[in-house]
Amino acid sequence: MELLLVLGFPLLGTLLLALLGSRRFAAELNVTISLATLIAAALLVLRVIRHGPLLVWHEQFFVDPFNVFLVALTAFVGLTTAIFSRPYMRIEEHHGRVTPNRLRLYHSMYQLFMGAMLLALLTNNMGLLWVAMEAATLSTVLLVSLYRTRASLEAAWKYFILCGVGIAQALFGTILLYFAAEQTLGHEGMTALLWTHLNAVKAHLEPRVLGLAFVFLLVGYGTKVGLAPLHNWLPDAHAEGPTPVSAVLSGLLLNVALYAVIRCKVLVEGSIGAALPGRMLMTFGLLTAVLGAFFLWRQRDIKRLFAYSSIEHMGIVTFAFGLGGPIANFAALLHMTLHSLTKSSIFFTAGHASQAAGTQRMDGIRGLLGISPTIGWGLMLGSIAILGMPPFGVFASEFLILTTAMREHPWATPFLLIALGVAFAGIFSKVQPMVFGESDAPPLPHSPALVPVFVHLAMVLALGLYMPPALAEWYRAAARLIG
Amino acid sequence: MLKSHLIAQLLKLLAAGLLLISFAMLSRRRTQRLITLYAWQGAILFLSTCLVAWDAGLTELWYSAALTLILKVVAMPWILHRLIQRLGAQWDNEPLVNIPITMLAGLVLVIFAFGLAQPITMMATTITRHTIGIALAVILLSFLMMITRRRAITQVIGFLAMENGLFFAATSATYGMPMVIELGIALDLLVAVFILGIFFFQIREQFDSLDLHHLESLRED
Repeated sequence: MELLLVLGFPLLGTLLLALLGSRRFAAELNVTISLATLIAAALLVLRVIRHGPLLVWHEQFFVDPFNVFLVALTAFVGLTTAIFSRPYMRIEEHHGRVTPNRLRLYHSMYQLFMGAMLLALLTNNMGLLWVAMEAATLSTVLLVSLYRTRASLEAAWKYFILCGVGIAQALFGTILLYFAAEQTLGHEGMTALLWTHLNAVKAHLEPRVLGLAFVFLLVGYGTKVGLAPLHNWLPDAHAEGPTPVSAVLSGLLLNVALYAVIRCKVLVEGSIGAALPGRMLMTFGLLTAVLGAFFLWRQRDIKRLFAYSSIEHMGIVTFAFGLGGPIANFAALLHMTLHSLTKSSIFFTAGHASQAAGTQRMDGIRGLLGISPTIGWGLMLGSIAILGMPPFGVFASEFLILTTAMREHPWATPFLLIALGVAFAGIFSKVQPMVFGESDAPPLPHSPALVPVFVHLAMVLALGLYMPPALAEWYRAAARLIG
Repeated sequence: MLKSHLIAQLLKLLAAGLLLISFAMLSRRRTQRLITLYAWQGAILFLSTCLVAWDAGLTELWYSAALTLILKVVAMPWILHRLIQRLGAQWDNEPLVNIPITMLAGLVLVIFAFGLAQPITMMATTITRHTIGIALAVILLSFLMMITRRRAITQVIGFLAMENGLFFAATSATYGMPMVIELGIALDLLVAVFILGIFFFQIREQFDSLDLHHLESLRED
């Protein structure tokens, strides 16, 4: 029932906003629907905590601690982004960058995107997971090109082609997985694509086919995670789309894609052992983290800067999942949560900062503290948090990942430290002049909604200072599931 | 047994046709021709799915064959034709560089695909198992086409051809995916083509051309 609501609200929202999205109250409606989704997700969480994993609707949907935590996170960031987007999009309308009709498209696609991500998280069917990921891509293609400028069209095209090709690889991987499963489970009954069934027989699946399948699945879904060398779409899509879209792309979509990779990894590990998939994830993760960190230096656009920071962090999380084991998985899950919260809050402030300055170029953004202390401090604190400074929670998760890496794969530590150090210097040196200094920019026409920024940062801070035992137990349960 | 043998031979013939069309796509310049080739690819897929369905006696495969006929032989080519007519691009000639080298690269890809498909072919029990290599080759050749072409429409046709290859792989190795999934994939594909249709107009409005050379301003600076 709760599950139906979690998936139903965004779908209802898509239809409603497709009709009413250009009205004055559309933004409020968007917030209301997102709130309803969050409440439904919270009920789902309660139910899973009380009654354990859930398997419903002819076993097509499956909820366990691993995905329910991502569902809650997705619904939460979905709501805060909707709250942020209300004044943000009004200001964009005021500046003449969007028309009421485009806003209708924006609101409708926003809900469709949320719905597709939630479906991808909740489904038990590997084929449906693919369909939902593709739907999420398609809805965001329209969001990225919302402004219809040359640059945004180019970004959306690149996004579509790269992710389309990537996700086609994932489909081939899924076909191979189905092929291997069919040998064991049989064609009848259509259970051969259900993750729970696959998980039960994973030890009997043909290793050679699964190995091949994993390569395709990793490359395919990895493209959407932003793993190097297929990360090219990510900075463009983040920089040229509207800021709320950058926030949900970075904070949520990357997580969902990584979730798909990890679900596949669990299956493949059961068949061919943990060594090969783990090593592949570690290699791709390290390469991505280091590359992301070095590219940070060359950026002049504020949203591109933080997009590369997302690439770097996704690399770190992928590396941690590759390490495997309860501690590294725990740290990876924690880092996923914290990165989502922090990065979306950074995009919120970066969006308003560039609106206030009238440009996304960092040399044009100066003296944010003078324009609005909340935007200035929000950006500063967010940057400090994402750079892993204590007492923010990111410090804890990065520290855990580093110490585990030192113990198990010492060769990887220098690369991780280089990535972290380079990113630190890069971001800090660019953010500092934007926040301090003088500015003569006029105030914004609508007052920004910055409550989400500080709510997110407070949560990140709280998780760094004290983690409630119940939550820690939850993360541990999820980490155990991943193995 | 004779029937089965005949069907197996016919399927191999059809698979060879599919591969041939993929090579033809690599070397064609005119967009209109490419769409026709794409429709032929769909027709071959339809025929081979029918044959497999007849041989294996699976009702599900008949549905999937019908879906292929409607979507890939009729609907998609029709939409694409309408699109290029509206865009006035049907007589466009696309400059191609180095057809011989592209062809050679294609040959290497085919050999690679057959090598990769070897272990799967050994294990499969389907009547179509010998064509898995060809399916993979079609996927890789379409990929090559997407890389070497600069026109937006051509890239999309490459993308659709790649999906044809994937579909062929699914029927060759496993007698097709479950119906729900196939419907989902078909829906995604249809939506993708619609979105791209809208996109073509926007791109042309902004750049006065569908040549993707213009779409190269976003780089690291």
